[in-house]
Amino acid sequence: MIALLTRDLQLAFRAGGGFGLGLAFFLLAAVLVPLGVGPEGATLAKIAPGILWVGALLACLLSLDRIFALDFEDGSLDLLATSPIPLEGVVAVKALAHWLVTGLPLTLVAPVLGVLLNLPGPGYPWLVASLAAGTPALSVIGAFGAALTVGIKRGGLLLSLLVLPLYVPTLIFGAEVVRRGAMGVDVAVPILLLSGITAGALALLPFAAAAAIRVNLR
Amino acid sequence: MSIWEYANPKKFMQTSAWALPWVAGLSVVTLVMGLIWGFFFTPDDYKQGSTVKIIYLHVPAAMMAINAWVMMLLASLIWLIRRHHVSALAAKAAAPVGLTFTFIALVTGALWGQPMWGTWWAWDPRLTSFLILCLFYLGYIALWQAVDDPDTAADLTGVLCIVGSVFAVLSRYAVNFWNQGLHQGASLSLDKEENVSDVFWLPLVVCIVGFILMFLALVLMRTRTEIRARRLQALLTRERIA
Repeated sequence: MIALLTRDLQLAFRAGGGFGLGLAFFLLAAVLVPLGVGPEGATLAKIAPGILWVGALLACLLSLDRIFALDFEDGSLDLLATSPIPLEGVVAVKALAHWLVTGLPLTLVAPVLGVLLNLPGPGYPWLVASLAAGTPALSVIGAFGAALTVGIKRGGLLLSLLVLPLYVPTLIFGAEVVRRGAMGVDVAVPILLLSGITAGALALLPFAAAAAIRVNLR
Repeated sequence: MSIWEYANPKKFMQTSAWALPWVAGLSVVTLVMGLIWGFFFTPDDYKQGSTVKIIYLHVPAAMMAINAWVMMLLASLIWLIRRHHVSALAAKAAAPVGLTFTFIALVTGALWGQPMWGTWWAWDPRLTSFLILCLFYLGYIALWQAVDDPDTAADLTGVLCIVGSVFAVLSRYAVNFWNQGLHQGASLSLDKEENVSDVFWLPLVVCIVGFILMFLALVLMRTRTEIRARRLQALLTRERIA
């Protein structure tokens, strides 16, 4: 499993694996919003939590179809499916690799973009905490969506249509954590619910995704 | 005699051919009765005026939009566990009907909300969760259309339906948490003291029964179409091989 993880990470970092793509998209989204909304600090401060979370979500979405599609095309997914590691484990490792490549950098870069969007001071730790707690759920849910659409030619748009409604609870709780944090209100409830969604998705969705892959490889 | 006999397409076609005219006829009768009763023979509400009458379309459509998803969930589970093709086709047949009911509920709600709340749309929990339900239906139908092999499509949409159900419930509670909205609470519950008054309640129940029957009739009809399409496909394939 560790070998698989290092292989996926190497593929992502080398040879145009799209490592920087999500980050660049996140940066662009955060820069474009003030250009569209106008430079008033108060307005930006108010919408910053939502914009940062939506941007992170879309940046995650951008690289989802890479999770399984390349391996499916060159046949290595068949080999992985017949390997001694259970397919559920393969899915979990792939989702972890996706998170290390997109979710983790997004979490680390987000405070910088928070400055651009004039996020109020107390919001920063909660921005990082909520992204750290929430982006793993985005990766696992995305892996499930990618598993469903792996056999479909040009499944990218369909993948977004399937995955976006599934992202709704994560987005709501994640943005709520940052909003409350920025206002200086107690954030315990939304961050616990957010972590609950992540934990539940991590525990259950690899099974659903593995089932979908088995169907697609049949 | 068990319910699994209807898993046999032939048996299903026989029984549904017999049942369909009755269900469809009854649904037309109850809907015409309920809607005419509701539209012309109930008093105007003292606050809402005649706009209250949209309730006879809005509430049954909204109820059936949710129940259609539950029916798809059950049918998907039956397909995944016992692999009866009729059940997979019934789930496929129910999805566009449920989507249409969702649209009816959203549109009638907007038409009512404009004069009453002063806005077509508000980011109210119930409204938002219906919009999300609408997206779930769209994704489900799109996945059915995208996969060529019928058995693969049935398996994948079945898994999506199960996961989607969990997330639909999660979203419902998430939006509740997010915004306390404008929409009134339930006023039809059997266990509550303060319900809508009988004058409105009785025609509403007739309309709900009518919508349930209409849903059944449409799903039966669409399932029969799907079975015939599948048979046609099989005949064409056989001809090509021969």
